[in-house]
This record gives sequence, C-alpha cells and structure tokens, in this order.
Amino acid sequence: MLSDQDRIFTNLYGLHAPGLAAAQKRGAWDGTKFLLEMGRDWIIDEMKASGLRGRGGAGFPTGLKWSFMPKKSDGRPHYLVVNADESEPGTCKDREIMRHDPHLLIEGCMLASFAMNAHACYIYIRGEYVAEKHALQRAVDEAYEARLVGQDNLHGYPFDIYVHHGAGAYICGEETALLESLEGKKGMPRLKPPFPANMGLYGCPTTVNNVESIAVAGTILRRGGAWFAGLGGKNNTGTKLFCVSGHVNKPGNVEEELGITFRELIDEHCGGMRGGWDNLLCSIPGGSSVPLVPADQIIDAKMDFDTLRNLGSGLGTAAVIVLDKSTDIVSAIARIAYFYKHESCGQCTPCREGTGWMWRVMLRMAEGRAQRREIDMLLDVTKQIEGHTICALGDAAAWPIQGLIRHFRPEIEKRIDRYSANPHSTPVPMAAE
Amino acid sequence: MANRRLAPAAEQPDDFAFSPENAEWAKGQIAKYPEGRQASAVIPLLWKAQEQNGGWLPQKAIEAVADELGMPHIRVLEVATFYTMFALEPVGRFWIQLCGTVPCDSCGARELKGYLQERLGPPGHVSADGNFSWLEVECLGACCNAPMAQINQDYYEDLTPESLGTLMDDLAAGRPVKVGSQVGRTSSEPKDAVHTLQDPTLFDGSRIGAWRKRFEQTDAEAEEAGRDEAASSEQRAAADPKPAHPDAGRAAGSPATDAPAQRAAGGETPVKAQDRADAADRSHSTTAQGESGPAETAAESTPAESPPAQSTPEQMAAAGEAAAAEAGAQSTLRRDEVPPQPAAPGASEGEIAAEAEETRIEKTLADLPKDASPEQKADAVGTRPPALDAALAGQPDALTRIKGIGPGNERRLHELGIYHFDQIAAWTRDEVAWVGTYLAFPGRIDREDWVGQAKALGGADAPGRSAQ
Repeated sequence: MLSDQDRIFTNLYGLHAPGLAAAQKRGAWDGTKFLLEMGRDWIIDEMKASGLRGRGGAGFPTGLKWSFMPKKSDGRPHYLVVNADESEPGTCKDREIMRHDPHLLIEGCMLASFAMNAHACYIYIRGEYVAEKHALQRAVDEAYEARLVGQDNLHGYPFDIYVHHGAGAYICGEETALLESLEGKKGMPRLKPPFPANMGLYGCPTTVNNVESIAVAGTILRRGGAWFAGLGGKNNTGTKLFCVSGHVNKPGNVEEELGITFRELIDEHCGGMRGGWDNLLCSIPGGSSVPLVPADQIIDAKMDFDTLRNLGSGLGTAAVIVLDKSTDIVSAIARIAYFYKHESCGQCTPCREGTGWMWRVMLRMAEGRAQRREIDMLLDVTKQIEGHTICALGDAAAWPIQGLIRHFRPEIEKRIDRYSANPHSTPVPMAAE
Repeated sequence: MANRRLAPAAEQPDDFAFSPENAEWAKGQIAKYPEGRQASAVIPLLWKAQEQNGGWLPQKAIEAVADELGMPHIRVLEVATFYTMFALEPVGRFWIQLCGTVPCDSCGARELKGYLQERLGPPGHVSADGNFSWLEVECLGACCNAPMAQINQDYYEDLTPESLGTLMDDLAAGRPVKVGSQVGRTSSEPKDAVHTLQDPTLFDGSRIGAWRKRFEQTDAEAEEAGRDEAASSEQRAAADPKPAHPDAGRAAGSPATDAPAQRAAGGETPVKAQDRADAADRSHSTTAQGESGPAETAAESTPAESPPAQSTPEQMAAAGEAAAAEAGAQSTLRRDEVPPQPAAPGASEGEIAAEAEETRIEKTLADLPKDASPEQKADAVGTRPPALDAALAGQPDALTRIKGIGPGNERRLHELGIYHFDQIAAWTRDEVAWVGTYLAFPGRIDREDWVGQAKALGGADAPGRSAQ
C-alpha cells in the first residue's frame, strides 16, 4: 500500500477544509515562486523525468505534451485549457480534486501555464458539476484575493484563471470538441492536424490537460521527477486516483501506486469483492470505453497502462467498474452501447449511424432475439466504425462490444439458442430507425 | 444523438428578458473571454436564462441570448439543442435526472427507474402537482456513490427506492434535505473504512518546505544528479523508443514498436536469429550464382569468399541471455550509477566470437595459393572429422533429412566417410570449419544448424555406437 507520505491528494475525501489556509498547511502553494524561478525548461524537464502520463485516458506523456508548445510566441497568446469535463462512465476523480483540493489544481495551472508561456487558463468543468463549479470558483477567488494569481501577483508572472462550464455533452471531453464548446459552438471534434499546440482555442497555441495531470504538477516539481518516477513501474510511473465502483463491498476513490494488483486494490481499499473473489465475473478497468477483462485475467493483473493494454483493454481513467456474477453482462454492455448512441455528436456517419445500429442489435442479443451469424456481423461492424471517425468516440463505442464478443460469445450464443428453442410470435423489426 | 426539439408553440412564453441582476452577471461572464470572443459565454448565459425561466429554455430566451452576444439565432439554437442539460420543454419544480449508466445501472438504478416510473409515470412529463418530472440521463460522474440522481442542481447519492421516496416527499413538503450521500458518507470514501490519509503530519503543516532539501545540495552533487538524469534518459530511450505516432491509448495486440534497441533491453538479441540468417543466406540473394538450380547447388558453386557474419544458435542464445542479464541488471541499477551501454547489434560476446572465426578463416584462405584443392584449404582452417570406411551395417543414415543437405552434399559427405547422424552430431568447431570450407559454403553448417539437426535426428544417443 502506498504510504501516506507519498500521497498527493491529501484531502481526497473532504475530511478537511478545502480553503486556502488549510490547503497551504497541506503543502499547496508552498514555494511556487521558487519553482517558477527555476525556469521553464527545468519545469518541463522535471515533468518529463517524472514519466507522468496524462490522466485523462489516453496516457500521453504530460511533459512531452507541454514541450510541444511553441517556445517563442509569434504574437498570438498561448492558452492552457484544463479538461474537467469528467464524463467517462465510472470516473469520478476530478470531482473530488475540484471540490476538496482545488488549490492543488490552481497551483498546477499556474506552473503549467508558466511552462508553456500562457498567461490565461480556462478550466472547462462539466455542467452537471454545479457544486464543484462553485467550490472551484471559490478557490479561484481566494487565490485572486491572496494575490497568488492575477495580473499583479506575488509570483511576478501575470496569470489569469477562469472557470468555464459546459452543459452535459460527453463528447466535450474530447480535447478539440472541448475547444469548440469553449468557443461557443456545438461540441464537435475538429480534424487534427492542425493540433491544438498550433491552432487551439481561438486559433492560438493551446494545450489541453486533464485535471489530475495538472493537479499533480506542483507536488512533482517540489519533490522531484525522480520521486514520482520511483513510484509505480517502468513506463507506468507515479500515483493515480482509482475510482472503484460496482459490486465491491465498499466502493470508493483511492490514490494508489500504478501497478497495484486488482486484487490488492479491492481488498485493501474497497472492503473486498462482494460475495468473495469467486463471485467476480469481469471488470471494466478504465471507464466504459475500454473492453472488459474477465475475472481470471484481471484478478491478479497489475493496474497500469501497459499491463492492461496487453490484456486487450486499457487503464483509461482508472475507473474500475467491478461486475459480479449477478450481472447480466450482455445487457450491461447494451447499456454502454446506448450511452455511446446517446452521446455521439453526429458529425461522422460511421459513429452516428453505427452507434444506434449496434445498440439495437445489442438490445436484441440481450434478449436472445437474434441469429448466431449476427454476432460476427456485429463484430465486423464494430471494426468498420473503429478508426473511421474524427475522434475516438467511435472507437470507444466499438471496444466494449468487441470485448464482450471476445470473452462472452458463448453467453450470447446461449441466449440466442434459448430464445430460438421457444416459440415466439413477435416479429423482428427490420427497418432502421 | 438525442433527438431534441423546442417545446410546442403553445407552451412558449411571449417574450424573455434577463432580470437586471442576471444581465449584470452576464456582463461579468462575457468579460472572461478575449475581445470579440464573447460567443464563448453562450453556455453560461443560456444556463442562466434557463435558471431564470424555471428550469427550461424557451425559444425567446435563446434568441435573447443570441442578441446579447451578437450571434445569429441559429447558432445559439444549435447550441441549445446540442447540449442535453438545456431542457427545451417545461420541467417540474424538482427536476430529477436519474443516472442510468453502467456503474449505477449495476448498483440499483433499474429499481430507482421502476420506482419513478411507478410514482411519476413515463419520463419527460411533469407530475400533476407540478412538483416533479424525471429523466434518465447518462453518467453524472459520481460512480463511487452509485446509484445517484441529480435533483435540480444537487447530487443525491447512494440511493435506494425508499430513500429516494423519502427524499421526494421531503422536497415536495419543503423540508430540509441532506445533499450528497444518503447513507452517511462524507463524499466518495469507502464507507467507514478509510485506511488512508491517517498521518497527522499531512495536515498540521509540519511537512511544508521539507522538499527544499533536494535543492540544497552542493554543486558536485548537482552535477552528479545531472549526469544521472542524462544517463537514465539514455537508458529510457533504449528501452522505449518513441512510437511512430502518439499512443492513442487503445488496446493493441502487439507492442507498438519492435525496434532493435527495445528487443535488446527486453533480453532478446537485437537482431532476430531468423532475420540474420535470412539476410546472410546467399541462396536467397539475387547475386547468388546458378539461380536456376536448387539451393544446395547454388551454394556449392559459390566461391568461398567473405563469409557473412553469423553465429550458432547456441551462441545466439547465449548472447540473448547475456542481454537479458544486462537488462535485469539495468532495472535494479541504482539511479546514481551510470548504466551500461545498451546492447547494440553485433556487440554481444557470441557474435564477436563468430565474427573472429570468420575473419580468421578468411585470412587463412587468402594466404593460400589460388589453385589449392578443397582439402588443402579445409586443412588450413580446421581439422578433418574422423571418417568411417563404410556405413555401419552397410546402412547409411538418410543424411538428406537434415535441412540443407541435398543428394549432392550427401554424396560428398559419403566421400568424406560421413554416413551417420551421430558423426555429424559429434563435430567440433574445428571440424565444422573444415567441412564448411571443404564443401565451399562457409558458415552454412552453423546457419542451418546441421549439428543440432543431427542430434535431434537421434545421432547423439544412438545405442551402442560411437563416431569411430
């Protein structure tokens, strides 16, 4: 178990005050000026050395991302945009940061903005998080009042930070859709290139980072990239907030080292598996968009980017959804398919049409009202959607179904056989909706 | 995509204007964005308009916001219909948004849905008393507290049909309710089982400034640290070459890259044995003479010149182990030690030995007169293997079963008194060099592993016989 001394989010559960005074006692805003004086390159090098991989799902190295920003301004302002549009099903970690440890985030914004020569930062928070938005705004106001940020602040680097909110669109978690939304448009992803580092918000160089990636920056810079890199494993360094939900005895958020095993995570922090380990059916280890991993493979797997990728899944946002044997796995995946159908922005045809099609087929399969050959057809359609859309939502819609077919094909077939073994009079609807 | 339309005209109010304080507030919002980018404030303004209008957004409000921001009406209408939190039809005084996505779904959201269905009827309709309307929505991001619902702006978590019922009764009656978890959790901690963040020094301020120690080192130490950093980044580059394109985070069946440096760090030989053999094999080469004949013939007619680099499979394996040992050592290396150079192609011990042998043979042969017989050449580089006068029991082994020995080579081996697998299996390095030179295809015996093949074909443990 990770030692308390090495935890970054010390007020994760909100058992202490979130205000500035308490946050400073916990170590936020400690020596920020000193860190800024170490210089831009030092900050980026230190972040690179830490091996921090972006915490928003894709796992792209954060230090590297920062270094993509133009070194010299061509007259356009630079922006940092923090992605707090946390809506991947299963994920509820950024919410805790924003309402309980907001000053870590604000300090991280300042450091990251300095490293990228940005003087303004927008935090895009999802619309549903009303209380979190107010908590964050309160913290920002406190920081302005204490002259920690602002045009004329104690750190001598003019810096403004704004809280912006969305209005309930999952797709706005995609970085370019988020920028579109922030510009006051529909949240439809942009084609890349140009990448946001060249043409982002308002056509200016922009970096979009997840809340957790930014909020850990202050602590990493203080304690050193080497400290962070010493936690976890090679290529999967540091600590991570895990959101464990589903059929465990005590679901909850916890900060742990990357590479902790699934079993240890559940036993140590979540009161064990509901009904014992034999009752585990499968887990969706990284939010709903990654394929599920069946019990025998996940149970002693290390929870990190590479291990889970090798299991044909992914760490994603480390939103661990645990499902026990009482779960109707086919209809659970059908529910995920519905989610993507609902959240598709409608821009690309394969996704707009495909997500609805897949959902309708999944619904029938959950009942067994399908043909066996349709399983392969469904799999084929998922492959047609995957990789053929502007953003990764098409992929995210395809993977859970691929995972289901990969691991639970016999279950689907069993239902189809059971259904067809009994007489039914309901006709199968043929027309597309 | 959700199908979202404006409310029917009959329900639309005749006009809409921001109240003075909201108009003031709107100005503050617009000021957050750069000059000319006031369109960015469209979502906050629509939100405020919805709040002012009792929780839903009429057409007039959409147009008012568009006018305020100087945007075409259709652009704002697009935004209002795109984002699902804008209710386009009237809602109840308490608008219940029930999360129905997988974590909640598997933890009891279906029961809650059944309860709401029973109590309020189908979603999207305002109850008769005007108090409630409900909707199943997608993930609200409180999954560790599943199942949950958002009522107006507040989250109510860890619900059961009973607690949701009580909650609704309390709200309708105007009684105070507890926002958040309904089972006594503070937030998303494991209920009554917080084992972490117990250390009081985290909270009393005693750790402030402790990190500065690492900056108070002497110059020498700083230099050391710098070197350490450089070395470790080199090591990382060897182990993790940059992928051709950024990792999209997707699951992959095979590793993204398969580069020599990565293989070396992973404990394999940098160049795969098979690739090396393919590259060196003259029979595959377009420059090989006698292309029309079978592989053996082509090889036989190739003059013994500049033998390609090669090594036996055993040597390759040894090299692999060495690389593995090295990689193992690297991973346990202290950060303040300079890591060994990553294994580079052709640098491992086995390969060096093989290359040395090649060079030696080449040199020796170059010293001989051009018209030297195969035997003279072979004698110069190795030892003639022991021969039999005739096959034992008059029955030679089918040497052609060894891959690389065709009828021609079998005949020539018979001339050398080689009839049995166990003879080939017993060849020493010198003898391999001799036969290779004699048959005029240096290195091929190693490459095709005749010795190993012969052993596998039962030469080594043939009962009651020896090579002599």
